[in-house]
Amino acid sequence: MSLLRRLRPGWRTGALAVLLLACAAPALFAQDAAAPARVDSGDTAWVLVGAALVMLMTPGLAFFYGGLVRRKNMLSVLMQCLIILSIVSIQWFLFGYSLAFGPDVKGIIGSLDWAGLRGVGGAPDPLGYAPTVPHEAFMMFQMMFAVITPALIIGAFAERMKFSSFCLFSLLWATLVYDPVAHWVWGAGGFLRARGALDFAGGTVVHINAGMSALAAALVLGKRQGYPGDMSPPHNLPFAVLGAALLWFGWFGFNAGSALGAGALAASAFTVTHLAAATAGLTWAALDWLKHRKPTTLGMITGAVAGLVAITPASGFVNPFGAFFIGIGAGLFPWLAVTYIKTRFGYDDSLDAFGVHGIGGMWGALATGIWATKAVNAAGANGLLYGNPHQLWVQVEAVVVTCAFAFVGSLILFKVVGALLGLRVTEHEERVGLDLTQHREAAYTQIE
Amino acid sequence: MKYIIAVIQPDRLPDVLQRLTDVEVHLVTVSNVVGRGRQKGIAEVYRSHREAGNLLRKVKLEIAVNEGFVKPTVDAIIAGARTGQIGDGKIFILDLPECIRIRTGETGNVAIG
Repeated sequence: MSLLRRLRPGWRTGALAVLLLACAAPALFAQDAAAPARVDSGDTAWVLVGAALVMLMTPGLAFFYGGLVRRKNMLSVLMQCLIILSIVSIQWFLFGYSLAFGPDVKGIIGSLDWAGLRGVGGAPDPLGYAPTVPHEAFMMFQMMFAVITPALIIGAFAERMKFSSFCLFSLLWATLVYDPVAHWVWGAGGFLRARGALDFAGGTVVHINAGMSALAAALVLGKRQGYPGDMSPPHNLPFAVLGAALLWFGWFGFNAGSALGAGALAASAFTVTHLAAATAGLTWAALDWLKHRKPTTLGMITGAVAGLVAITPASGFVNPFGAFFIGIGAGLFPWLAVTYIKTRFGYDDSLDAFGVHGIGGMWGALATGIWATKAVNAAGANGLLYGNPHQLWVQVEAVVVTCAFAFVGSLILFKVVGALLGLRVTEHEERVGLDLTQHREAAYTQIE
Repeated sequence: MKYIIAVIQPDRLPDVLQRLTDVEVHLVTVSNVVGRGRQKGIAEVYRSHREAGNLLRKVKLEIAVNEGFVKPTVDAIIAGARTGQIGDGKIFILDLPECIRIRTGETGNVAIG
């Protein structure tokens, strides 16, 4: 059903939009249907800009995470994020894109027909993902999602994972966890899509997927030395603020770009994305103010990111009021998770990848089943508050399936990589820091 | 010759420097330092996690003076840095056996000023 995000009700003329929707919807289910529309320059421009915006989120995430670690590990986090940009981009070109979006094999995975981007060119894709933009533009847009998703997991194992193991894990995870889940939810013929799960821009595929894998990472790798008692505070919060701001900016490409066209749906997604981020940032700051007597900067930006996470699956289906309530929940639930759950269970999800993306993603996916309305997107579905409680159940199903697969899949991958290469740096290397021991560099000179 | 080391609150630095200027003590080396004393550390909160006992930011002044300037210097530092609160800082005075001006090679009392 998430294919519906590909359809745009807002064309230049309403009549044309209705006609297109009527024609395109059945065609989208036919695997071999020819794309009905031709390339539209406005749509193509927006999708290409959207791809660039989403690309910027990975460096943004690098600075968001980098600011939160200790000085001695700053470069290691930047490097992990940026090398994923290389590794997954190449993986996507060679076979990843085909596994995720290629012609369906039994609802589980894409075939290798599009490996090496064979046939992926200037004409719209043959499966109807994005009928008005070149297949290549759609492929690049999706590539940036595939890149940032494994990068999100870094937050859970920061400051202690071996670089070689990290590279191998990320490649395996992109191939064996991300690509299948992307296919289930977004791929033509994917089984969760066929069951009607709504995920406009990646609440399940990106955030729950990465968040649950992050929880697995924190459990398998164990705590950093000295956690929780003797940890230094974040070494550069201004960098974290800069990173969060870049994420917020890039998220307009992530969500509004997922309309895959420059029309009314993109504008709606743009609006609700911003409102949810704003509301969640304010909510988190207010909660800090109540509990800790000061509104913290880190809390505000964390809330904003959690709001962006939560609105992601809903961004093409809810109105501004829905976004407002989703934002409040996105400030509240991840805040509760990092304040109480993490403390209670004592796992070291170092930068709260599970707390923010896992919990925020689950909230967003469920909230989509509550506040979705066909008034926003006729091709979507109504949620609980619009008379369709069944949608909430469908969302629960998608959340449970994704959580289970991501958690178990990541556990297995960590065990395999651990057996092959070992997962953690030595105790001495961890003390000295990953910048020097993994990369022979230092982020900051001490003397001019 | 004496070597005076003072550890003060960072926010008092402008006052201390003004007081030192007033008594014609111009040569001073200033560093940002962290440390703790009776005041203990400070608890900061990051995503609801209280990190207690972080070292406090302080400013360290190092001043080399001839004997006649010791008391005016100490008085100036106290006048600028004292608030009466815990954490105002400390002053240490050490004997200074020698001092050499690199440019001229002068030594002793003439080299300090």
